[in-house]
Amino acid sequence: MTVDHLSAQVRDADEGNDRRPGTPRRGSGFLDEPFRLSLTPSATVGPYLAIGLTWADGPYAVAEGTEGAIWLRGRVLDGHGDVVPDAMVETWQADPDGRFDHPDAPAGERRFPGFRGLGRSLTVVPAGEYGVLTLKPGRVDDGKGGLQAPHVDVSVFARGLLDRVVTRIYFADEAEANAQDDVLLSLPDDESRRTLIAQPSADGYVLDIHLQDCADQGLRETVFFAV
Amino acid sequence: MSDSALVLPQYFRELPDRRTPLDYPGYKSTALRAPLRTPVDLPQRLTEVTGPVLGEDRVTAADADLTLRMGGEALGQRINLFGRVLDSDGRPVPDTLVEIWQANAAGRYRHVGDSWPAPLDPHFDGLGRTMTDSLGRYEFTTVQPGSYPWGNHHNAWRPAHIHFSLFGRAFTQRLVTQMYFPGDPLFWQDPIFNAIPPSARHRAIATFELDRTQDNWALGYQWDIVLRGSEQTPFETEDDGDVA
Repeated sequence: MTVDHLSAQVRDADEGNDRRPGTPRRGSGFLDEPFRLSLTPSATVGPYLAIGLTWADGPYAVAEGTEGAIWLRGRVLDGHGDVVPDAMVETWQADPDGRFDHPDAPAGERRFPGFRGLGRSLTVVPAGEYGVLTLKPGRVDDGKGGLQAPHVDVSVFARGLLDRVVTRIYFADEAEANAQDDVLLSLPDDESRRTLIAQPSADGYVLDIHLQDCADQGLRETVFFAV
Repeated sequence: MSDSALVLPQYFRELPDRRTPLDYPGYKSTALRAPLRTPVDLPQRLTEVTGPVLGEDRVTAADADLTLRMGGEALGQRINLFGRVLDSDGRPVPDTLVEIWQANAAGRYRHVGDSWPAPLDPHFDGLGRTMTDSLGRYEFTTVQPGSYPWGNHHNAWRPAHIHFSLFGRAFTQRLVTQMYFPGDPLFWQDPIFNAIPPSARHRAIATFELDRTQDNWALGYQWDIVLRGSEQTPFETEDDGDVA
């Protein structure tokens, strides 16, 4: 068979050719590089988020009157130490047994049927604070044979934030579990750990979220996570 | 497989130069709000790879049509806005909540904080909700939002846009963003649009679709949304596994 019309690269190709990244082997039907669509970029929620994101039941991860329910409350503060009156705080967490109602989580009996796991609260003035009624989470498998301390994953959205920022809420009365939690241990010092630890309050726990340091008032930026 | 080993999906982390940065000085509200310290890497474990499974009970069919509210028809150019929610592996994200909000045709939001003197529309509240179907598809009927001025800099105007909020199936996939319309002359002067890295901007802009434009009724715009997919390279394991 004559192959004169083919380029040298095609004519000389055989199974022994190196498959360099980015150069698909012709006709193999496989990609050398992973197939990947580029992601839709994030944008700020802007000032009018209340139009689209208000849920009457948003703050209620459990119904009012649920036994053992606690309020997680706090303010979101900017670099001047001023309350951010147009943020949205969303919480996501395990139930008190450390379980999640989700297909990728281990199966098992879930004993808290009305529990949603998700809380959504706008920090609209006059209150100026977020508030989520929920159950205190249990310890969650760390995937390495150990347990994480009880925690709540938090997303904060606001005008001026071009993407959400992610943090966690831990609990001050879980000192023993907190001392073993490898996410907390990975932080450089107690000052940064303190920014994640909610303190007991009259009806639950309270933790302010500081978007930036505020040197004038001696406030430290909350630890935010890249997830 | 051992019972003790918890095998969890791991979600792709987009390269920093393709993500919208938090610090973008041209958008003035970032100055006191965008965190300045470097974020700490959080391992993706159970809390991060799970997320709320929200049911159909959160939406009604009427929530997907923003043009029929409060007993009448909204003013403006009617549009059918549709698309698919996919992950970066190209897989559809089915049964997930899509929430949108927008200004009316005159560029005015129905919100106490919006005081620019364009008229409110008595038949438009600017809120839409729907669930994606089993193939990740969504569809809204709404009106083309107007542009509006804002105080970021002298003579600053926002390009027409619709706000979107999505959960996906995991905490890692949560996305809030804005969709734009093709060919908007205001793109170049808008810091919120320009904060998006150039290589990702095309993803934020819908395409006009004549095929889905309805004769004598509504223009069609398509906008596909891509959430984070798996960290794994899809073919590598299978390919190498064949050798043995």
